[in-house]
This record gives sequence, C-alpha cells and structure tokens, in this order.
Amino acid sequence: MKMKEAESMAIKIEKLHFSYDSKNPVLNIDELNLRAGEKVFIYGPSGYGKSTLLNLISGVIPAFSGNIEVLGKKLLELSNSERDLLRGSEIGYIFQMFNLIPYLNVEENIQLSFKINPDRVRGLDVQKQVNDLIVALNLSEHRFKKTYHLSIGQQQRVAQARALVGQPSLIIADEPTSSLDANNSQEFMQLLINEWEKRKFTLVFVSHDERLKKYFDRSISLPEINKI
Amino acid sequence: MIHFLTLKSMANRKFTSFLCVLSIALSVTLFLGVERMREGAKDGFTNTISGVDLIVGAKGGALQLLLYTVFHLGSAVNNVRMSTYNEIKSHRSVEWAIPISLGDNYRGHRVIATDENFFLHYQFRGDQKIKFADGTMPLNIFDVVLGSAVANKLKHRLGDPISLTHGTNESSLYQHEKTPFKVVGMLAPTSTPIDNAVIINLYGMEAMHVGWESGVPTGDVIDPTRYQKENLEINQITSFMLKLKSRIAVLKMRRTIDTFEAEPVMAIIPGMALSEMWQTLGAIEKILFLISGCVLIVGLVSIVISLYTSINERRREMAIFRSLGAKSQSILALIVYEAMILVSSGIILGVTLLYTAIFALKPLLESRFSIYLENTFLTSTEWGMLLFIFIFGVLAGLIPGVKAMQRTLQDGLIIKN
Repeated sequence: MKMKEAESMAIKIEKLHFSYDSKNPVLNIDELNLRAGEKVFIYGPSGYGKSTLLNLISGVIPAFSGNIEVLGKKLLELSNSERDLLRGSEIGYIFQMFNLIPYLNVEENIQLSFKINPDRVRGLDVQKQVNDLIVALNLSEHRFKKTYHLSIGQQQRVAQARALVGQPSLIIADEPTSSLDANNSQEFMQLLINEWEKRKFTLVFVSHDERLKKYFDRSISLPEINKI
Repeated sequence: MIHFLTLKSMANRKFTSFLCVLSIALSVTLFLGVERMREGAKDGFTNTISGVDLIVGAKGGALQLLLYTVFHLGSAVNNVRMSTYNEIKSHRSVEWAIPISLGDNYRGHRVIATDENFFLHYQFRGDQKIKFADGTMPLNIFDVVLGSAVANKLKHRLGDPISLTHGTNESSLYQHEKTPFKVVGMLAPTSTPIDNAVIINLYGMEAMHVGWESGVPTGDVIDPTRYQKENLEINQITSFMLKLKSRIAVLKMRRTIDTFEAEPVMAIIPGMALSEMWQTLGAIEKILFLISGCVLIVGLVSIVISLYTSINERRREMAIFRSLGAKSQSILALIVYEAMILVSSGIILGVTLLYTAIFALKPLLESRFSIYLENTFLTSTEWGMLLFIFIFGVLAGLIPGVKAMQRTLQDGLIIKN
C-alpha cells in the first residue's frame, strides 16, 4: 500500500473543463499533478474557481469533462456513493470556518469522522487517535465542551483533529487560517506541519495568503493554471 | 448514527421541536377525540332506550311517535284508548308493557304519567335500569318523582309540594294548583331524556284533570272522594312500550298492531327508528369528520414548516456531514427520521392527552351532553388512523428532506451565503 502510494499520484487532473452553465466556464485546467505525500500550497484568491476545484476533487460535483484521479481512482468511473465513500474514508477536509456541529462536544465532533463513515476505521484504533490528537492539538481541557464555548482558534484545531483522525491519505484544507489572528494562525500551521511530518499524507492547502507558502514544498497558483 | 445526530440536533432545537410535537399532538387528540365523540353521541343516542321491542301510539308519523315517547318532544295528534292498551297488553306474546301519558309540564320539564312497570322494566344503554338517588316510586295518586337534572336544577327535597302546569308549555295559563303533588323520589342520572322528566302515575294524571273535562278548569269545588283511585277512571293514554316474550315475534306483533281494528294505532321498533333518525343527522357527522381532518392536515403541515425552516439553518451542518463522507441520501434520511420522531412523539403525546381528556371530561359529557364515551383502549380503527397519520407525517418529512438533499448537492462543500 505504502509503496504504491509513493509511486502514484495523489491527485491527477488532465484537460479539466467545467462550467455550471454552458456560457461561463469556471475551470479549464490542462494538467495538475500532486504526488502522494507531497504538501502543496495552492494560491487561490476568490473568483478563480477555487471552491469548484475543491468540490470536484472531493467528489461532490459528479459531472465534468476531462479526467480527475484521486488516490488512483478515476472519479468519473465511480458512482455517487463510491465517491462519498472515497471522501469519507480517505480524505480529511478542513473548512475556512464553521467546521463544527454546534450541538456536539469537541470529542464527538472529532469522532464524527469515523462515525459517519465506519469505513474510515480500517482496523485502526481510532479512539486512541482521537485521544492522541486531542493532546497533540492542545485541546485536552476542552474535550467535553460544546463547540460554541471555544475560540475560533480552538475550533479550527478541532477541525484539524477531525480531518486527521483515521489517518486519511489526503488532507484538503480550504483557507483554514483565514479567520485566525497571526498567533493562532501560526499555531495552527505548526501543528498541521507537525502532523504531516509524522505521517506524510498528501496535504493540499488552499489560501489567498501567500505568506503561508513557506510551510510547503511546492506552490501552485490557481490563476496561472486555470486558463479561463 | 442518524438516530444519535437527530436526537442531539433536536435537543439543540428543543423549543421549536416541542412546539411541532405539540401541534401534532393536539391535532391527533382532536382528530381521535372528535371521532370518539361522534361514536359516543351515536351510541348515546341509539341507546336512549333499550330492552323495548315496540312502541305503540296513534297512527301518524313514526318519527313523531319516537320523539314524543322517548325524547318527550312535541306531542301526539291522538291518544290511545285504554281498552286498546289493555287488549294489546294481554296478548299472549307480550311480556310487559309500559304506558305513557303526556300533556303537562313542571317549569318546562315534561310530565310523564306511567305505572310501576316503568321503574321495573325501562332500560337504556344496554341493560341499565332506572335507579333512585333518593326516595321511592310514585305509588300514591299525588306522588311525583323528579329526573336527576330536574332535581339538581330546582333543588327540591323529598316532601316538597309542587304544582304542575297544564299543557306542554311552561307559560301556559292553566296551573293545576288545586291538586298539589308531593316529591317522593329522585332518580339517579341516566344521560337520557328521563333526566329532564317529572314522573307521576296514571291516576295522578287523571286526578289533576278532574273537572277539566271541557279542556279548561270549571272552577267548581271538587268532591275530594273523586280523588280516590277507585273513583278515577283512566280512559286514554298517549302511547305505550311493549316487551315481547320472544324477539322473533316482533314483526308479527307489529303487523297485528298496525292492523288493529278497534282503533287506528301503529307500532315502531325503537332501535331501528333511532338508527334511522341518526342517519338523517348524518350531515353533522360528515362535517365533524371534515373539520377534524382539516385540523390533522394543519398538524402535518407544521412538520413541513418546522423541518423546512430547520434545514435553512442547517445548511452548514449538512455540508460538514457531506465532507465527512455522508451520502446525499443520508441527508434525506436525517430529515425524514426527524419527521418520524416528531410525528411519533406527537402521536404518543396526543393519545396521552386524549385519555387524560376522556378521563377528565367523561362525567361532564355523559351528564350534560348524553355523550357516552367508552373507556376502551385504542380500537382497530383508531390504530389504523394513527398509522395513517404516521405515514403521512413521514411523507410530509420527505418534502423538506428532498429539498435538503437537493440543496446539499447544489451547495457542495462550500457554502456561499
């Protein structure tokens, strides 16, 4: 498994064309390849199809032309529920904000990863991972708090923990620090990079803040590759 | 998982969820309650009299005969001769007979003159007999027994003298003030027209009309010996009830009476006549059913409204579930499951409210409205109705559910507000 992932591409995009209606193309990407285990910064100011690209990669938009392969699977060849399964078991997703379910506590929010999709467990001791991540991400004292008692910084760390639990091969972070102040932002990045160092998952980090480039191996500019 | 999330989410929206459950519960209570009242009213009505095979009176309308004999409403066009009564009563297939003589009132309550058979044999609601709350039968000429409603309303005590009014109208000019009656008994409640009646014996009826042969009082001084039973001759009664030795004989007896030669009389079968009369009131039943149905629809619409507003607030939540691999169908399931919980809680609360209401209102409904509610658990019809409500509740949940599913598909993972 590890060998195969090392050789293969985590994300492979060829000749992608996408538009919501026939008149206004949103995406036109000739080629985009992300190696497994790579941490990549995608510079994406709003208006360059960032949301659409992430929706496509995570498999919630079913129809497009061209080819998208995620973790070795051609999305167009998968059924809706196979794409949902792929996302649920192999991908961790961090939103810009409002990542958490307000009526669940911190631990329950993290557990959602494998409760909604039991395939994510894959024989792992997921509860131990939850415990470890709570410690690693400085959330111990908030474990049983309802999420609306948390600061934004704490909330984003809970979201990070949830994305990481179950050891997904691919983490997609959609501007996770843009609602944080400098200190919280730095803490979040440092913790994320620490986790990457431990397990070397593929990290796709999208942001309009170019200062964050420094944390990554490679940087791609969405305005440059999206030729609309 | 869906169960866990739904309960947690509903707990987070306690108040609106509770309001929705309450609105379903109230419509369930009303729907079942109206149905029960309808049944209860019908039962109460068709069981106003029982244990009587035939009611006999002067030829005329069957409905009229039923109304004045059983409900003490309206009056007879003609009376029945005592000789006719005696002849039919002594027919070999007759077990007993109850004579009824009407025509006077006491403060608006109809006076029924009868004999002791009335107290011994008259039945209502199956096998219930007339019981005394206090006192005894009116055996002496000027004895009177009050129905329970009359006794309650007028607050009479045993021994009180009362004088009756001539005619069926309270404001009649003629009072029987020369022949005062004495209250000797009060009846227990029956939830039938008997409660509103004042009962004397046939001799009393005859006695107070001594000297009224022309239809109005003569004003002459009456010889007191004329008020003795042996000097009173009863010539006619209004109608009478018959119990036959065998039910098989009912139709034959009816034909015998309808073709009675000495006097034009007719017989009706009270159970049949009551049912027929209830049928003519069928429009009311339909309206009640329609109203309760509308109330139920309002309750079900509240599910749609409640869930529809909630999915607006929960768009973000749905996107999170989707990002964690939830299928779009799971989003539908989440909403429909919530509808199921809402409608089943509503049903349970509604049935609880129904039984609380029945328990609390039963005495009042029986005594004041003659609506007899059976104390049974849910009947199979009611189970059917509840199942129907449940299915419709879940179907109602499909409307916001499908909407939520479509919306998550449109939204994808990134919600733009």
